[in-house]
Amino acid sequence: MLAMNYRGPRRVRADQKPMPEILHPNDAIVRVTRSCICGSDLHLYHGLVPDTRVGTTFGHEFIGVVEEIGNSVQKLKVGDTVLVPFNIACGQCAFCKQELYGNCHESNPQATAVGGIFGYSHTAGGFDGGQAEFVRVPYADVGPTIIPEGMDHDDALLLTDVVPTGYQAAEMGGIKTGDTVVVFGAGPVGIMAAKCAWLFGAARVIIIDHIEYRLEFAKNYANCEAYNFRSLEDPVLFLKKTTDWFGADVCIDAVGADASGNALQTITGKKLLLQAGSATALHWAINSVKKGGIVSIVGVYGPTDNLVPIGNVLNKGLTLRANQASVKRLLPRLIEHVQAGRLNPKGLITHRIPLEEVGDAYHIFSSKLDNCIKPVLIPPSARI
Amino acid sequence: MENLNEDYTHIKGWGIDADPKNEPTYPMKKYTGDDHNRINWERPPLQPVNIEVLHSNERPNITAVFGTPNPPSGLSGSIRRFAFKHSENEYLHWLPLILADRVNEIEGIVDDLKRGHIPNFFAEKGLKAELKHNPKGFAKRILVTVAVASIAYAMLSKKSKRH
Repeated sequence: MLAMNYRGPRRVRADQKPMPEILHPNDAIVRVTRSCICGSDLHLYHGLVPDTRVGTTFGHEFIGVVEEIGNSVQKLKVGDTVLVPFNIACGQCAFCKQELYGNCHESNPQATAVGGIFGYSHTAGGFDGGQAEFVRVPYADVGPTIIPEGMDHDDALLLTDVVPTGYQAAEMGGIKTGDTVVVFGAGPVGIMAAKCAWLFGAARVIIIDHIEYRLEFAKNYANCEAYNFRSLEDPVLFLKKTTDWFGADVCIDAVGADASGNALQTITGKKLLLQAGSATALHWAINSVKKGGIVSIVGVYGPTDNLVPIGNVLNKGLTLRANQASVKRLLPRLIEHVQAGRLNPKGLITHRIPLEEVGDAYHIFSSKLDNCIKPVLIPPSARI
Repeated sequence: MENLNEDYTHIKGWGIDADPKNEPTYPMKKYTGDDHNRINWERPPLQPVNIEVLHSNERPNITAVFGTPNPPSGLSGSIRRFAFKHSENEYLHWLPLILADRVNEIEGIVDDLKRGHIPNFFAEKGLKAELKHNPKGFAKRILVTVAVASIAYAMLSKKSKRH
């Protein structure tokens, strides 16, 4: 089968790889019909996530058709069209029972700090991902969800990660009616977080980035204010001024390890790898939120340390909330939002690229070429 | 902070998920008390272990499922084995893993060549897309590469002449 093949930082290609097999009674094999490249895949692509082995297939946002099931699978049958949450979750451990499906304790032997994730390095379990024609899906009775009849498959595709992650970012913000919410990062997740902030009753939503076309897109898609931090001398000072010198009620970090905007963070975090990526967005979020405010983190960082003003967290009495999105917990509500037209996930998709051109696809997304917001990879088996 | 003078209420679904109870710790975690049973839950059936699986020393066993592609091998595999002797709390876990990744990149090129496959760096790096969508950037990249190579060549040939 054809699959994306990681060869080293900023080097990927499409290669023939062996077909995945059923290795556990609750496995399924899914024929992928669409998969996305996620902003967090770029952290892998840039070589920022430890234990990303050459030969790995990335891809944790995908939908497809069930081709084969293990002998204990009861909720799926061959031929079902499913969306597959990016978390691999057993549904039985103490964490899954508490609906912390992003923190499953039975899906990742390599690290206790994160549950299993498709195609996200051995630090997240060593599973191959969905940027391929076929993929092995463990715990098929837990994660995969049959796509509701009538739902656009592009909408379903973005329900595997972007929508739940953006929604949970807003949810973790504990937004109250009338709140001012600032989102750092106008990538797909940041834009979705801005969009979802309204559902929680925000009265003002501001998004901060440095890519003009993304800010323009975010302004239209999420009905929010959008500012380029390159044109603001100091984004934190600007946010204080624009909130009556108070600070935002809620700040969301939707950037993570690849943040721009601070030379010290960029050099130590991205060039020298002396910290687990550049924490500029989180730094700004902590300093821009009001006293007693909430900082919600969905941007992905590496597993070591980051330079953030933790003293200000104490002195301002902040609450930091963060997690990998618990996709399975959120899906029922999010499907309702999509079906009611309150969320329009497919509106984020700007590029459809054949899997064979995966090298170009990653470069376009990484270098923000051709006004790319969200690229979708189409495997050849989906085009038959 | 009430700031209700904006025209946001036309946004479809505005306020539909507003929940005054949504304070820190709610609703991320549906508390069940299972935490206090520690890791004594009924485990799913275990995936047979037919390959080498490195597991964090912060847990007693391998998880019920795990990924099988790309088990540790070669020099990078040895470095990874060393890394997994140290806990996730230690730099001696993470920094060797990053080193192993860089070594693994070279091993990947050697493996390609052994199989008679010459890596197409141009395609793997997506430079066709760069040429199409950012021709100026592409030209700059080529010029910088040529300049660096020329300087390196000049310095090396100067050195060999001296010898």
